[in-house]
Amino acid sequence: MTFGQGLLVAVLAVPALGAVAVAATPRDRAARLVGTVAAALTLLAAVPLVFGGRGWVAWSADAPAVRPWHQLDLPWVPGLELRFHLGVDGISWPLVVLTALLTLLCCAYTMWRVPGGGSGRALVALLLVVEVGILGTFLALDLVLFFLFFEVVLLPMYAIIAGWGGADRRRAARKFALYTLFGSVLLLVGVYVVVAAAGTADLVTLTGGAGMSRGTQLAAFTLLALAFAVKSPLWPLHSWLPDAHTQAPTVGSVVLAGVLLKMGTYGLIRVAVGVAPEGARWAAPVLGVLAVAAILIGSLVCLAQSDVKRLIAYSSVGHMGFVLLGVATLTATGIQAALIGNVAHGVITGLLFFLAGAVKDRTGTGTLAELSGLRETAPRLAGLLAFAAIASLGLPGLAGFWGEAFAVIAAVQVGGPLWTTLGVLAAVGGALTAAYFLRLLRQVTHNRPSPAVGRVGPGLAGAELTAWVPLVLLALAIGLAPTLVLGVAEAPVDALIGVVSR
Amino acid sequence: MNVVQSVDSVALLPAYLAAGTAVLVLITDLIVARPRATIAVAALGALGTAVGSALVGAGAERRTFCVGADCSWIFGGRAAVVGGVVALLTLGVLGLSIPALRAGRSPVGEYAFLLACSMTGGVVLGAAGDLITLIVALETLTLPLYVLVGLRRGSLASAEAALTFFVVSVVATTLTLLGAALLYAVTGGLHLDRLGALLAEQPELRDLPLTTAAVAVLLVGLAFKVAAVPFHAWAPATYDGAPLPVAAYLSTASKLGGLIALLAVVQRALPAEQTGPVLALLAVLTMTVGNLVALRQRRTVRLLAWSSVAQAGYILAPLGALALAAGRTDDARSAAYAAAVAYTVFFVVLELAAFAGVTALRPAGADGGTLDDLRGVARRHPWRAAAFGLALVGLAGLPPGLAGLFAKVTVVRALLDGGAAWLALVVALNAVIGLAYYLRVTAALWAPTPLAVPDGGGAAAVPVVGVVAVVLAVATVAAVVLGVAPQLVLDLAGR
Repeated sequence: MTFGQGLLVAVLAVPALGAVAVAATPRDRAARLVGTVAAALTLLAAVPLVFGGRGWVAWSADAPAVRPWHQLDLPWVPGLELRFHLGVDGISWPLVVLTALLTLLCCAYTMWRVPGGGSGRALVALLLVVEVGILGTFLALDLVLFFLFFEVVLLPMYAIIAGWGGADRRRAARKFALYTLFGSVLLLVGVYVVVAAAGTADLVTLTGGAGMSRGTQLAAFTLLALAFAVKSPLWPLHSWLPDAHTQAPTVGSVVLAGVLLKMGTYGLIRVAVGVAPEGARWAAPVLGVLAVAAILIGSLVCLAQSDVKRLIAYSSVGHMGFVLLGVATLTATGIQAALIGNVAHGVITGLLFFLAGAVKDRTGTGTLAELSGLRETAPRLAGLLAFAAIASLGLPGLAGFWGEAFAVIAAVQVGGPLWTTLGVLAAVGGALTAAYFLRLLRQVTHNRPSPAVGRVGPGLAGAELTAWVPLVLLALAIGLAPTLVLGVAEAPVDALIGVVSR
Repeated sequence: MNVVQSVDSVALLPAYLAAGTAVLVLITDLIVARPRATIAVAALGALGTAVGSALVGAGAERRTFCVGADCSWIFGGRAAVVGGVVALLTLGVLGLSIPALRAGRSPVGEYAFLLACSMTGGVVLGAAGDLITLIVALETLTLPLYVLVGLRRGSLASAEAALTFFVVSVVATTLTLLGAALLYAVTGGLHLDRLGALLAEQPELRDLPLTTAAVAVLLVGLAFKVAAVPFHAWAPATYDGAPLPVAAYLSTASKLGGLIALLAVVQRALPAEQTGPVLALLAVLTMTVGNLVALRQRRTVRLLAWSSVAQAGYILAPLGALALAAGRTDDARSAAYAAAVAYTVFFVVLELAAFAGVTALRPAGADGGTLDDLRGVARRHPWRAAAFGLALVGLAGLPPGLAGLFAKVTVVRALLDGGAAWLALVVALNAVIGLAYYLRVTAALWAPTPLAVPDGGGAAAVPVVGVVAVVLAVATVAAVVLGVAPQLVLDLAGR
C-alpha cells in the first residue's frame, strides 16, 4: 500500500474509528475532545492527498477521463459489482478538504456549546459518522460504493435534526429523511440501470458513456439527475431543505448546507454527466431552465422571509441554482464555476449558519422583526454577519463572486436565445440575492436595538472565533485567489468535458 | 421396473435428524419430565439438523425416491440452505420462548414437540421434488403452528388468532391441492421437473384453459401461505394474537417455507409466461398495501406483521421479472431466483433480530404491546434498543443495517438485469414508504418519555432473560456479518 492509499484509507477510517471511540468514552467532555481530535486528524490526512500522483500529461484520446491522483481498488461483493474503489482527483479534493474542515469546526464548536436535546457525546459521534458518509461519497470511484456512502449519511443526519433540533424538529427530520431516501432510491435504480447495461460499476471505465445506447443513457441520466436534484436541492424538489435547515441545531445546519448539499452537485458532475453524457446533453436545457427558476424563486422567497435561518436556508436554493446552471452548460467554464461555487457556498453558508445560530442563541429569537440594532450591542458579531452576507451575495474579491459570475458567463458563452436568456435571468437573480441580503443586514444590524438584542453582550467566545476565523479567511483566500480550487480542478474538468462533448 | 427402491439415507439425513428431534423431545418430556431437559434436547436437535443439512449440502446433489429420472427428494444446495436456515430459526425461536415457558404460559413438552415437527416440515420442504411431497411438507410446517398460535393459556385473542389462521390455511391448502390435481389431470405428472419439461415441450398443453386454471389456483394457494396481498388478511390478526416467539416463527420460518414452495413451483414446474404476470401483480400489490397499512399501525407486532407482508412483496418482486421476455432468458431467470432466495435469507435474519428485540424489551411472557410501550426504552436499555433499532433500520434497507441494504440492492439488480425497470422503481419507491414507519418505531425507542407515564409504564426497567439476550446478540451479529460480507448469502442463494 502506497502512502497515498494509506491516506485514502485514513480519511475514512479515522472518523469512523473516532466515532466508535467517542461512543466508548464515558465522560461527555472527554468524548467531545476525542471527537475533535479525530476530526483534526482527518483534516490532516485529507490535505496531503493533493501531493504526488499528478505526473500525468495532457488529455489524450485513449486515456480514461478520470485519472485519480491516488487510488485504492479492492474487491468487496463481486455478486453485486461492488468494489471498494476509492480515489481522489481535482474535482473531489477541494470538497474532501472542505468536509474535513467543516466537521472539525463543528466538533470544536460542540466542545464549547452543546445544543439542548441530547448528550454532546452522541452528537459528536453522529457528526463523525456523517463525515464518513460524505467523504466516502466524494472519494468513491465505484458507482455502487458511491450509492452506499450516499445512503450512510441519511440516518445520522436524521438523528442530529430529530435529537438536537428546534421546536418542530421531528417533522422536519422526517421530511428530510423521506425526501432524501426518495432521491437515493432513484439513485439505486439509476446505478443499476447503468451497471446492467455496461456490465461494470467502475467510474473510471464508465465515464464517457462506456458505449451505452442512447436510450439507456437518457433513462440513466433522468434517474440520476432526479436523485441528485433532490439532494442539491433543485427547485421544485427543494421543500425539505428550509425545514431541515431551520430546525437543525447550528452544527447540523452547517454540515447540511456546507457539504451535504454538495453530494448532490458533485454527483451530478461526476456520476450523472460523466456516466451518461448523451443524456446530459439531451437534458441540459431542462436543467438550465430549472436552475434559473431555482435562482429566481429562491431569491424572491428570500425577500419575503421573516426568519434568519429560514432566509439563509432559502438562499441555498438560489446558490445551488447557480451551481446547477454551471453544470447544465456542460462547458469547462461552467463546470469550473460549479466547482468553485460549491466550495464557496460551503464556506460562506457554513459561516452564515454559525452566525445565525450565535444570534439566535444570544437573543432567543430568529424572527427578523424582533431583531434590530445588533451593531449597537454586539458590533463584532454584526460585522462578521455583514461580511458573510456580502460574501454570499457575490461581491467581487470574496469567494461567492466566482461561482455566480462564471456560471452566468458560461451560459452566455454557450449562446443561442435560450442560454443567453438564462444567463441574463440568472444575472437578475444575482441582483435579487444582493437585495435580500442587504434587507437582512438592514433589519438585523441597523436601527435601534430591539429588546431582544438589547440584552446581548458585545463579547465573542474563544470557541466561536476558533470556528469562524478559518471560514472568514477561506472566504477571503478563495475570493482573492480562486486558483486554489480551479488550479487543481482544471485538468480533470477538461478531461471530463473532453469525453462529454465527444 | 424395479419395485424395490434403493433409498439414499445420507440424502435423507437432515430429515431424519429433524424428525428424530421431534420424537426425542416427546420421549424426554414423557420420561424425564423436566422442562430444562426437554428444551435442551430440542435445542441440540435443531442444532444437529442445521449441521446435518450443511454437511450433506456441502457435497454433490443427492437424489432419492426416484421413478426413472424423476425424483421426489432432491437434496442440493438450496435444500441445504433452507434446512439450515429453518433449523437455526427454530433454535432462535426456542430461545425466545424460554421466558414465556418459564412463566408457565404454555406447556413445555408440547410446545417444543410442535416446534420440532414444524421444523421437520421446513427441512423436507427444501428437498421436495414433487407436488405431493411439497404440499405435505408445507402442511407439516404449518399444522403444528395452528396449535402453537393458540397455545397461550387463557388468552381469547390467541384462540381467535388460531382459528383465523386455521380456517384460512385449510382453504389455502385445499386450493393448492386442487391446483396439483388439475395439473395432474392435464399432464399426468406430479414431479416438478417433469411438469416443467412436459409443459415446455407441448405448447398445446400450456394453452389449455384447464392448465391456466390449475396454475392460477396453485399460485393462489401458495400466496395465502406467504400472506401475499390480496390473500393476507389472516396474517396481522394471527401474528398479534400469537405469543411473541410464535409470531417470530410465523414471520420467519413459516414465511420462508411458503416462499420456497412458491419458488420451487415457479422455477421448476410452471411456465414462466403464465406465472410471471401474476407474480408481478402480486408483488406490487403486496409491497404497496403492506407498507401503506403498516403506516397506520399502533401495535408493535401488528406493525411488524404488516411490514412482513410488505417484505414478502419485495421477495416476490424478482420473480415478477419473468413477466417480460427479457426476464425469461436463462441468466435473468437464475438471477431472479437467486435474488429471491438471497432476499429471504437477509430478511429472516433481520426479522428474527427484530422479534428478539421486541421480546427482550418487553416483560417476560407479555405480548408486543403498543409503540408507546417502547417509548424511550433506549435510555434504560441502550444495547437492546440499539440491536432492535439496527434490525428495524436493516428492514428499511438503510445503513447501518447494511444487510437490508444489500438485500434491496440484490432485488433491484436482478430486476434491472431482467429488464423490469418499472418493477425496480416500484420496489424503490416502496422502500421510501417503508422507511416512514420503521423510522417511527426506531425514533420512538430514543424519544424522551412523557412525564405522565406512571411507574411500571412503558419505560420501566425490564430484566432480560439470558437466552433472549443471546438470541438477540447472535441475530444481530449475523446481521452485521452479512452486512459486511453479503457475498456469503449471494453465493449460497445462487447454488
